[in-house]
Amino acid sequence: MNPEERHIFSVLVENRFGVLARVAGLFSGRGFNIDSLNVAETHDKSISQITLVTHGDAQIIEQIYQHLNRLIDVIEVTDLSTGTHVERELVLIKIGAKPHERAEILQVAEVFRARVVDVTTTSLALEITGDEGKLKAAIEVFDSYGILELARTGKIAMMRGFDS
Amino acid sequence: MELSGAKILVESLKREGVEYIFGLNGGAAMPIFDALYGETGVKLIPMRHEQGCSHAADGYARATGNVGVALATSGPGATNLVTGIATAYMDSIPMVAITGQVFTHYIGSDAFQECDVIGVTRPICKHSYLIQSSDEVADVVAEAFHIAKTGKPGPVIIDIAKDIQMHETLFRYPETVNIRSYKPQVDGDPGLVSQAAALIKNAKRPIIYAGGGVVLANASEELRQLTLKTGIPITVTLMGLGAFPETHPLAMEMPGMHGSCCANYAFTDADLVIAVGARFDDRVTGDLSKFAPNAKKIHIDIDPSCIGKNVPIDVPIVGDAKNVLTALNKQVSTANIDPWRAQIQEWKQKYPFEYEQKSDKVMPQYVIEQIYEHYSDAIVVGDVGQHQMWAAQYFKFTEPRQWLNSGGLGTMGFSLPAAIGAQLGCPDKTVVNINGDGSYIMTIQELVPAITLKLPLKIFIINNMYLGMVRQWQELFHGKRYSAVDYHDNPDFALLAQAFGATGIRVEHTEDVRPALQKAKGITDGPVVIDFIVDEEENVFPMVPAGAGLGDVVRGLS
Repeated sequence: MNPEERHIFSVLVENRFGVLARVAGLFSGRGFNIDSLNVAETHDKSISQITLVTHGDAQIIEQIYQHLNRLIDVIEVTDLSTGTHVERELVLIKIGAKPHERAEILQVAEVFRARVVDVTTTSLALEITGDEGKLKAAIEVFDSYGILELARTGKIAMMRGFDS
Repeated sequence: MELSGAKILVESLKREGVEYIFGLNGGAAMPIFDALYGETGVKLIPMRHEQGCSHAADGYARATGNVGVALATSGPGATNLVTGIATAYMDSIPMVAITGQVFTHYIGSDAFQECDVIGVTRPICKHSYLIQSSDEVADVVAEAFHIAKTGKPGPVIIDIAKDIQMHETLFRYPETVNIRSYKPQVDGDPGLVSQAAALIKNAKRPIIYAGGGVVLANASEELRQLTLKTGIPITVTLMGLGAFPETHPLAMEMPGMHGSCCANYAFTDADLVIAVGARFDDRVTGDLSKFAPNAKKIHIDIDPSCIGKNVPIDVPIVGDAKNVLTALNKQVSTANIDPWRAQIQEWKQKYPFEYEQKSDKVMPQYVIEQIYEHYSDAIVVGDVGQHQMWAAQYFKFTEPRQWLNSGGLGTMGFSLPAAIGAQLGCPDKTVVNINGDGSYIMTIQELVPAITLKLPLKIFIINNMYLGMVRQWQELFHGKRYSAVDYHDNPDFALLAQAFGATGIRVEHTEDVRPALQKAKGITDGPVVIDFIVDEEENVFPMVPAGAGLGDVVRGLS
């Protein structure tokens, strides 16, 4: 077995219904894993961007790349892992926080540069942005206070610099 | 001019040069069938089961190279097309399958005969369209045909709701198709072509391994040039048979599980494999760790995802086989490989396809040999099973599109409806359907349109009263536990053919084989069915057992 690697694909697709199902179906039908998935319209309304994190050995990654390219609605596939890139994810965390716990949680939030987006008498909701390592650390720490709810965007990424 | 969506669909199909639509009517497709009523520009061929529609469209496409068209209603009509669509997908056959759909406002409500056909067919088609407005119909048809026949061909689905079929709008057919996300690479990289030429020049034991892609690309002429110019021995796969004449001294015949010993030994000893339009399928390679272990590999294929999928490739060339071979042929010359050619000739002579007359029963291989003798120029449509392998072994194909069969999916029941499509597409050719007793009864109902259309099909059943290929595996690997393969309870196919209204002949003795084939030649006003009752437990050899390497090919049971 060859070593498994984590790869981030940026996939530009036609902004039509059914395209995501084709991309996802390609993974499910072949037993490839999707670790994270993000889809949104780009500045050009006719194009959507899919950011997809997956893992596999070199042969599987090559197959994923080729099969993505083979889909008719796929305009361009870039394996961002082949160059230096910026990677971010946003997570919303709701923590059970009694009034006397708030100060301590807010201090921890400061360390992770988290922003408070909602407060109630019994809970606190935070927004944290970062790469995988930072979010993992933050989630671990906040879990010690009791996470009530967690939502994350999935990773988005782009190459550094400008490549025409 | 304002036309209904159904009329626009039909007019669009005519613009694409469609000759035949293989269809079966039903509720959600009625406006389309209505638009086809009395239509002379494109002919509607009513089949008896939707699976017959997709196989007939497929057979038409394989025989002519044009896009085949199947038409069915929503729900069960659409799901019945599915096996034929998957069959075409696995063998990269250009097809457009049109399905009616329930009214737009009912979609998603579990309406009567509603099925998410786009969802069902997603992994078995090249692309699909759910038409959302009658304004889209013409553009979608133009795109669908473009996608079906360019690049690596394949089936495209068009799902169209009944209200859209009825809604009238302006008809304007697009002059050109431009899909920004779809630009197949047809010309091979010149640097890689030169690398391939250099490898060919220096090889001592090269072989050419050609597949169905050569037929699809209409590149048989270029393949012949490469083979004849270099003098390199060639093996052609089940899907490519006829791309190079099997009668030529350089032809090693089919490789793989039931291929020739010569081709399999040649793979094992080769120092260079030149793969053209072939995909290193498991039925060809056997155990990958023992496959062509000493050979550098050149792979020419239109589909980049096929290259390096199963076997590491030294020179990967993405492109259309015709274009790449044309470029390559300019750079190659006679290979200096006399000792290797002598070795190939020795294997060929030592290990031909052969069989023994084991009983007083008709031997199936003998029937195929006699079919070849009587119908050597015919288009042969094979089904799936032992008879398919015997046909591939004992019929010597010399032209591309002469041998049609479901190689990838291995769909039993393919051949009779596919033969109907082939005969309509090639009215001047004789079409022979070599079928099995198991596969014939799967789509036997399509004998009806064959009779109605007065198609002079020669339907030859190699009847061993078993699901023969499975029985062979049970004999070899399951201790002769013949589970669910005994077909002795099948009806008398000759009598049944007569009941349908065709000529039916039953042959039980070897001496009757030739007269029956001769008689079939004279029947030209409709199909003739000959039921050849053959030796029941004859096996297909040679055989590379599952999991073994090609070099371990078993020549027969001793």
